[in-house]
Amino acid sequence: MTSTETTPTAAPVKKQLTIKVFGVGGCGGNVVAHISHEGFAGAQLIVLNTDSQALAQIPLPYKFNLGLKLNGGLGAGGDPERGRAAAEEDETRLRELCTGVDMVFICAGLGGGTGTGAGPVLARVAKECGALSLAFVTLPFDCEGPKRMRQARQGLEEFKAAADGVICLPNQKVFKLIDENTSVIETFSTTNELLAQGVRGIWQLVTRPGFINLDFADLCAVVRDRHSESSFASAEATGPHRAKEVVEKLMANPLLDGGAALGEADALLVSLMGGPGLTMAEVNRVMEQINRQTDNAHLIMGAAIEEALGDRMTVTLVASRKRSHAADLPKDTELEPVSKLETAPGARGGSDFDLLGAAIATKPVTRTAAAQAEPERVVVAVAETATDVAAPAPVAASRSWRSRKKTKVAHPELRLETVTKGPFEHSEPTLRNGEDLDVPTFVRRGMPMN
Amino acid sequence: MLNLFFPEKTTVIVGLEIGTAKVAAVVGEVTDSGGVNVIGIGQCPSRGVRKGEVVNSDLAAEDVRNAIVEAEKSADVEIASVYLSVTGGHLTSLNTHGVFTAASDDHEISQPDVTEVLANAKVFNRPSENTVLHAIRQHFTLNGQAAITDPIGMLGGKLELDMHVVHGVTTRLQNPVRVVKGLNLEVEELVFSGLASSLALLDNEQKQMGVLVVDFGAGTTEYVVYADGVIKHTGILAVGGDHVTNDLSFGLRMAPARAGLLKREHGAATIEGAAGQTLTLTSENGFPDRRVNLEHLRRIMVARLDETLQLIDEDIGEKGFHDQLRAGVCLCGGGARIRGIEKLAEEVFDLPATLGRANAVGGLRSATDDPELATAVGLVKYGAIRQKGQRRVGLVGKLKHLAGSLGIF
Ligand SMILES: Nc1nc2c(ncn2[C@@H]2O[C@H](COP(=O)(O)OP(=O)(O)OP(=O)(O)O)[C@@H](O)[C@H]2O)c(=O)[nH]1
Ligand SMILES: [Mg+2]
Repeated sequence: MTSTETTPTAAPVKKQLTIKVFGVGGCGGNVVAHISHEGFAGAQLIVLNTDSQALAQIPLPYKFNLGLKLNGGLGAGGDPERGRAAAEEDETRLRELCTGVDMVFICAGLGGGTGTGAGPVLARVAKECGALSLAFVTLPFDCEGPKRMRQARQGLEEFKAAADGVICLPNQKVFKLIDENTSVIETFSTTNELLAQGVRGIWQLVTRPGFINLDFADLCAVVRDRHSESSFASAEATGPHRAKEVVEKLMANPLLDGGAALGEADALLVSLMGGPGLTMAEVNRVMEQINRQTDNAHLIMGAAIEEALGDRMTVTLVASRKRSHAADLPKDTELEPVSKLETAPGARGGSDFDLLGAAIATKPVTRTAAAQAEPERVVVAVAETATDVAAPAPVAASRSWRSRKKTKVAHPELRLETVTKGPFEHSEPTLRNGEDLDVPTFVRRGMPMN
Repeated sequence: MLNLFFPEKTTVIVGLEIGTAKVAAVVGEVTDSGGVNVIGIGQCPSRGVRKGEVVNSDLAAEDVRNAIVEAEKSADVEIASVYLSVTGGHLTSLNTHGVFTAASDDHEISQPDVTEVLANAKVFNRPSENTVLHAIRQHFTLNGQAAITDPIGMLGGKLELDMHVVHGVTTRLQNPVRVVKGLNLEVEELVFSGLASSLALLDNEQKQMGVLVVDFGAGTTEYVVYADGVIKHTGILAVGGDHVTNDLSFGLRMAPARAGLLKREHGAATIEGAAGQTLTLTSENGFPDRRVNLEHLRRIMVARLDETLQLIDEDIGEKGFHDQLRAGVCLCGGGARIRGIEKLAEEVFDLPATLGRANAVGGLRSATDDPELATAVGLVKYGAIRQKGQRRVGLVGKLKHLAGSLGIF
């Protein structure tokens, strides 16, 4: 457990973190391939699958065929038990891959056999090796049928039990964001892109020069052993009212269930980026608005200047919620966000909170890492006593996705109804080797996007 | 018409397919020389069938009536009975083996011995709710000598028989029968639709050389393997063109009707030439209303078609038929109309693939050239073969008929 030894208050030693990103199963492989497309240097990307054909199609150097003895390279056929057994067959190998690693990202599509079954095994092994493990997963489309969804939910529970944190981005939700002129294949690439952003976002948060140990430790402090599930959304705005607009857009994002995800969250991670014109006042305005939406949430925030953003401002938010609002955590259910925050006792002492002014400054601040050391980036981590969890922080979102989203939000439900009702609803499902062949092949195969 | 002049000599046979996409009735006549000519067709879009099985009897009955009436008009006959094709995910096939052992090796094989070995081959495990649809004799083996077609009169102590059996859930087989009977039509026989299609397409040479017939329908895909002149294997996947349409409808986010239209107009079993192309669709009023990425359309289609063919390939590969298919793959059904499907089939099966034509019958070209009518045309062929057998019943005897008639396939 090398990472936890670094206390938040320790001097920022620039320890080189070892981070590995695993893609498990067809979807996982695609997500990781996507991460690499974007020129993601530094992390080791590893693809695991039971299906040797699918593996061969991934243009990445590090690949491993799970459970060759068991499945003969033929995939898990939608059966998580087979996926799990395959991973257990190669547990020694997985252990080797995770040894000495500080942080492991696991990307997987839930609902099939490999990602759902083998993914949680990998998460467990990674944890046993002392790595902080974060899973980025999708849930199936509604049209994939209840069986797959059930399987996926089961897998999600297992992931939550095994990994430190799980960020879940259901394909069906992303589907609602995409404009009608684009095909569902693009849902895949959009989901993949969002998951890739999530991975990259946290990656940046913990590896940015000057903040490495510190932020990783902060992340660990919030994430480790929380076994939470998180929602995830990102928005962008420009113009004089961008700080207000960006939050409005965020709240309208179906991925956050109309802002409900924030109200229910017990931990929030906000990553804010803007061009050189980003002002502290804007950061405050954004944070203030987000605060108003949350109840008692533990907050981590990072802000950064990215030249390339120019006039634009992006906010990415991860809202975490513990599985059950369990009774073991006495929790104030009254909704009095700001004042509540003001009276919250500080968890850890901090400095530099004047950087944030008003709303943020009233909170006990854990850490505002060396703003002076890295002038173009302002990072502030705010900690509350609040119950738990936080999760990963992503960064900039795909432009195409965001610009379409706005037009889509109005009536997505209606459209979905008509599209997903297949002609097979009243007939016996066509099952083969445990797979429901009524589910579109391209969905089950997870068409690789190039 | 011919039957006015030679009323006793020609036999009119009607094949009826209550398919997922259409109901088709094909009227054929058997000529003196035993040839089969198609003399009439009736078709109607099908509304009461999903995945090859009747789910709405009222609609199905209406559609069958329309098809039959049209066929009667077109052939100028009155239809009283039909050969009816059946299919569906509930059908199962297997090869069975029967053995008869005589007291001594110089025993002369007689009719009762054949009866016994037949009965013996029909003993296999099947669920009690299932009925045998076909028990097709493949060949006899006498004292280890294989490929004997008629062992009667030969000497030997051990007679064995290989049979191909198709069985299905009784109640589900009865559904279409009930529909037909409700229209005061008799059902002569139920025939597995894949078998019927193969009869329409194949000649004896192909059956001898070994061939795979794939009937890619709207709701189901049937396949039949022939080798050494007999049926070696049959199978059915409850996956068809409707799945392609549904995949497109979901993937491209449009109503199934529109997706079906796009499939027919712009679909193909390849993504070649589709990269970077966009289709602009027009609304009912003629205004351009949305755009579709052609490559996505094709990719979605290819994924489904490829998977379906792969599943068949796996199945026949598992049973070791691959190197027995010297005549390659023969495609029919609506799916055979998809551009580039032969090429995809060649890639998947690693065998030459062709589009099947109903060469085994003559008559109306519109029937024999239509890959979608293979099943109904094949039913007529089946009927012709059966009736030839039946005519022999009086002459040669019932047992000969039992043992022999299906052997011709
Ligand atoms: N976003 C996204 N989702 C995908 C993709 N591919 C598949 N999915 C989804 O992920 C689920 C699991 O699919 P796969 O990853 O292909 O399954 P697998 O883990 O390889 O499992 P087996 O093939 O059964 O061994 C599916 O039900 C889809 O909903 C992809 O590329 N992107
Ligand atoms: Mg797979």
